[in-house]
Amino acid sequence: MKLSAKHSTLLLLALIIALAPIFFPSAYYFRIGSVVFVNAVAVVGIVILTGYAGQISLGHAGFSGIGGYACALAPVHLGLHPALAAVLGAVVSGVMAYLVGRPILRLKGYYLAVASLGFGILVSMVLANETAITGGPDGIKVADLGLRTLLADAGVPLTNAQFWYAFSGICLLIGSWLALNLHDSPTGRALRALHGSEIAARTVGVDVARAKVTAFVISAVYASVAGSLIALQNRMITPDVAGYMHSIEMVTMAVLGGAGSVLGAILGATILTLLPQALTVFQQYEQIMLGLVMMLVMIFMREGLLPSLTALVRGRGE
Amino acid sequence: MRKTLIKAALAFSVAFPAAALADIKIGATISETGPASFLGDPEAKTLKMLVDQLNASGGIKGEKIKLFLYDDGGDPNKARTFATRLIEDDGVVAIIGGTTTGTSMSVIPVAEEAKVPFISLAGAIEIIDPVRPNTFKTPHTDKMACEKIFDDMKKRGFTKIAMISGTDGFGASMRTQCLAVAPTYGITVVAEETYGPRDADMTPQLTNIRGKSDVQALLNPGFGQGPAIVTRNYAQLGITLPFYQSHGVASNSFIELAGAKAAEGIRLPGTALLVGDLLPENDAQRPVVMAYKTAYEKAFNTPVSTFGGYAHDAFAILVDALKRAGSTKPAAIRDAIEKTSGLVGTTGTVTMSAKDHLGLDLGSFRMLEIRNGGWALVK
Repeated sequence: MKLSAKHSTLLLLALIIALAPIFFPSAYYFRIGSVVFVNAVAVVGIVILTGYAGQISLGHAGFSGIGGYACALAPVHLGLHPALAAVLGAVVSGVMAYLVGRPILRLKGYYLAVASLGFGILVSMVLANETAITGGPDGIKVADLGLRTLLADAGVPLTNAQFWYAFSGICLLIGSWLALNLHDSPTGRALRALHGSEIAARTVGVDVARAKVTAFVISAVYASVAGSLIALQNRMITPDVAGYMHSIEMVTMAVLGGAGSVLGAILGATILTLLPQALTVFQQYEQIMLGLVMMLVMIFMREGLLPSLTALVRGRGE
Repeated sequence: MRKTLIKAALAFSVAFPAAALADIKIGATISETGPASFLGDPEAKTLKMLVDQLNASGGIKGEKIKLFLYDDGGDPNKARTFATRLIEDDGVVAIIGGTTTGTSMSVIPVAEEAKVPFISLAGAIEIIDPVRPNTFKTPHTDKMACEKIFDDMKKRGFTKIAMISGTDGFGASMRTQCLAVAPTYGITVVAEETYGPRDADMTPQLTNIRGKSDVQALLNPGFGQGPAIVTRNYAQLGITLPFYQSHGVASNSFIELAGAKAAEGIRLPGTALLVGDLLPENDAQRPVVMAYKTAYEKAFNTPVSTFGGYAHDAFAILVDALKRAGSTKPAAIRDAIEKTSGLVGTTGTVTMSAKDHLGLDLGSFRMLEIRNGGWALVK
């Protein structure tokens, strides 16, 4: 039996996540791995929005902020379990995305980029300034998820870093599975159709505005879950998570790896998370390096790293 | 061998020059770049300079110090990653850093879990209150700055004051602390205004304050460019109320930004470092402050700042503890840091205890006044 592209992608991803720890020289690599996975979850959301539907958002960090602060605030004020708080954050993010996207996505062009930019900045301003609720710019503590204690009681003691490596790895697998399923579903086909040409998509009966809102809402939920994951892992969160630069980082990761492919996006997230760690010697020049990498990719590999490289390899093979 | 090979193979891991066995490894995560770089840059420079100085003079009992310094760009998430890296991968015995309160708070859980001593360079009181076994800090808390200011106001007979605070982390935190301690000094805040960290004009807020007839003095908790703009607007509006700034602007660049004329007569609590050459000859801090100031200004050709002084003190506390600990085990170093007693630093004289992981008292703040574009000590 031949594996479908979807299953082989998932299998490859699962193997990498499961086997990488064998080569980890120290526990620090578990932490790096979990940060990579969390970023990748957010970037897979961008793939759905930008890669599938061809829409650009410059404010996705705002949804990460909502997801993160939901985990900080809901357990204290509503008495919710942190896991339910993350779900609540995802619901709130989805509703917000719907409310922002609904009027904007009826329009053609780059209105969403501008509207989402404004939305992201608003969220980070509220988080920084409503000190009484959010703790202000210094951040706020987040409750313990409690799952690690449960695992330890069940006879699977993991260190903090190991647990979060595994947990965010599983979240990434689920996220990728859903995104890959979406790719071949009627909704996914509608999204890709409107990416190709909105007019053509409309002619074949796609409700363009609705499809775009759907993509925006789904990707907002991904960003929100990523925000929740980072908040729960760090046990604290600051308004930086909703910052404008974080939004740009997400888009850059997707575009670098290849916005159209889930695996490419994960590669992009991996590279841009590891690069600053590898280049600590050149830390002053980090921004320049990122800009340079981005420019080179845009000039020589417009599809992004992974799709371009695969095309190159296939081209030679044939 | 396999580990080394893999490390080299992973293009992303950084190869450090192999360290001699006897080196004492200490780590630092500092915000050298990003929004807090005006704090982090002098801190990083100070640490590098002090490590070089110490190693050139033979290290600690013959053992050299090796410093692992990372730039977290002010991002708490990165700070946590670097803290994990320092402890798990680099194997440091202590961590200095956390330039901001946010980065410090995200390093704390990592350091506490691994039981590695951590000396923060950030201001907020939450870092050491409640006391955590492995967490220490060197800068004064904002509460102490409020107390020092209110103490001076009380001496001058002011009881009704106005406050105009920044909404950035520093301003917001100090505002809360000042409002909380004001009653104990018999001071009532009769007017209160705020401004955003990037606002370009605070005239409306100051006009509101000027409209209140019973205000006797003005206090501006905040740092960065905000207080400089407040000061300029204050002069433009011709307000004559006695004006207090916070320790957040205790640097020469504040006088330059605000203009010497507008800043004339402003009082603020600062550290001895700012007025090293004005200190009396018999002041215990004078030799320490002058040695650091001279070395720093010679090495980098820029004036010292209070923030670099925080890093200086953190390193001094750590070196002092290493000398007394008689071991390079994190637990032994932690115990030694907690027993720090009478250590003269640039910020003050540090005496820690199990209940006090800061170890400074109000006396270490100096009340300064800006006169003719320079600093003067208020007696």
